[in-house]
Amino acid sequence: MKTDQLIDILSTNLEPVKRGQIAKTLALALIVGGAAAFCVMLSTVGLRSGLTFSLHFLALKLLFTLSLLGIGTVLLARLTRPGQSGKKLSTLTYLPFLVIAITGAVALGFENPMMWGRMLLGMNWVTCLLCIPLFAVVPFVALIWFLRKGAPTDLRRTGAIAGLVAGALGATAYAFHCPDDSISFIAIWYGAMVALCAFVGALLGPRLLRW
Amino acid sequence: MCYGCNQFLGSCELMNVTSTESELRALMLASSDGDGAAYRTLLERLGAQLRAYFRGQLNRINRGAVEAEDLVQEALLAVHTRRHTYDPSQLFTPWVYAIARYKFIDYLRRTKVSAKDIPVDETDELTARDDHGPVESSLDLDRLLTGLSPKVKQIIQYVKLDGLSVSEAATRCGMSESAVKVSVHRGLKALALLMSKENRV
Repeated sequence: MKTDQLIDILSTNLEPVKRGQIAKTLALALIVGGAAAFCVMLSTVGLRSGLTFSLHFLALKLLFTLSLLGIGTVLLARLTRPGQSGKKLSTLTYLPFLVIAITGAVALGFENPMMWGRMLLGMNWVTCLLCIPLFAVVPFVALIWFLRKGAPTDLRRTGAIAGLVAGALGATAYAFHCPDDSISFIAIWYGAMVALCAFVGALLGPRLLRW
Repeated sequence: MCYGCNQFLGSCELMNVTSTESELRALMLASSDGDGAAYRTLLERLGAQLRAYFRGQLNRINRGAVEAEDLVQEALLAVHTRRHTYDPSQLFTPWVYAIARYKFIDYLRRTKVSAKDIPVDETDELTARDDHGPVESSLDLDRLLTGLSPKVKQIIQYVKLDGLSVSEAATRCGMSESAVKVSVHRGLKALALLMSKENRV
């Protein structure tokens, strides 16, 4: 085939580009993913019973997950456009992990070492371990659907950030069930599970996102 | 490779590059609003630049002009199917260059040439040269089209090859205009996929 022939095909009956498509699709993926994560949470472990709800700790958990969600979302919007590497912003994703790890360690320092076991493992670290990745599955699928409509050129990084955002959504949903009110618990289990989701995303990215 | 020479060349052509950027960007913006003539000019100019880029890259692994032309066509189709990812507030050339570079790295991966064997240039040399010596690519349009579903193939034939308007094609196929537009879009995306599979060999 001659390249001129291809150019003929592409420029004949050219349709204008719809503006704001990327933002709309990303918003849709986040809403569907977030709603699904919340529904899976409700139908499996359910909301934490109202009496024991500590708003302070819920806010703390959400601060961690939503800050990751925010940075990750901005990054995804950039990574899906060729030529915008988002390298500097990617480094910023370490910040919430760092802050929560430091405060978690400080909180431990102020407590009697006898209490450390309870603070670190909480009542059900196993549930946390299972729930966050489980809740992150649908958000991850939704984000991959979004990214496949775009043109990411750094597939590993983009996959990692998709995993991070999905993990953050999963952790957000889990926060509404989580009965453990300890900053050290959040630092370890929330941090590790979101990081795990990002790692899995980085592994899957090059396979799922090729175009 | 003489890095210093490259840099020197780069700065010599800086004036040229900046004017090209603004011209190409203006063409892209007009194309985004549906200006077919501007789009044709844009693709022709991009074709020449991409040809120079891919030939330069492929030379280093001893592959010829036909493979380069395959990649030019793959990149042009990618530019087309992904044009909604261009942010009008950003520079245009880095966007095209990122697509070309991605397609080249993908080509290396497909053809099992290790990317480590040849460094893929980080420098923005896409706009530095033009190459107006196209050859025919190894891709056969008719063969590619047979890979589409009959309905989509028919619509691509009407709208993109015969140049029928969308409404005429819609009447002939008994479909709504928006369904025709969706089919054209899907068809071109499917063609892009078929093309990169063909280029694997």
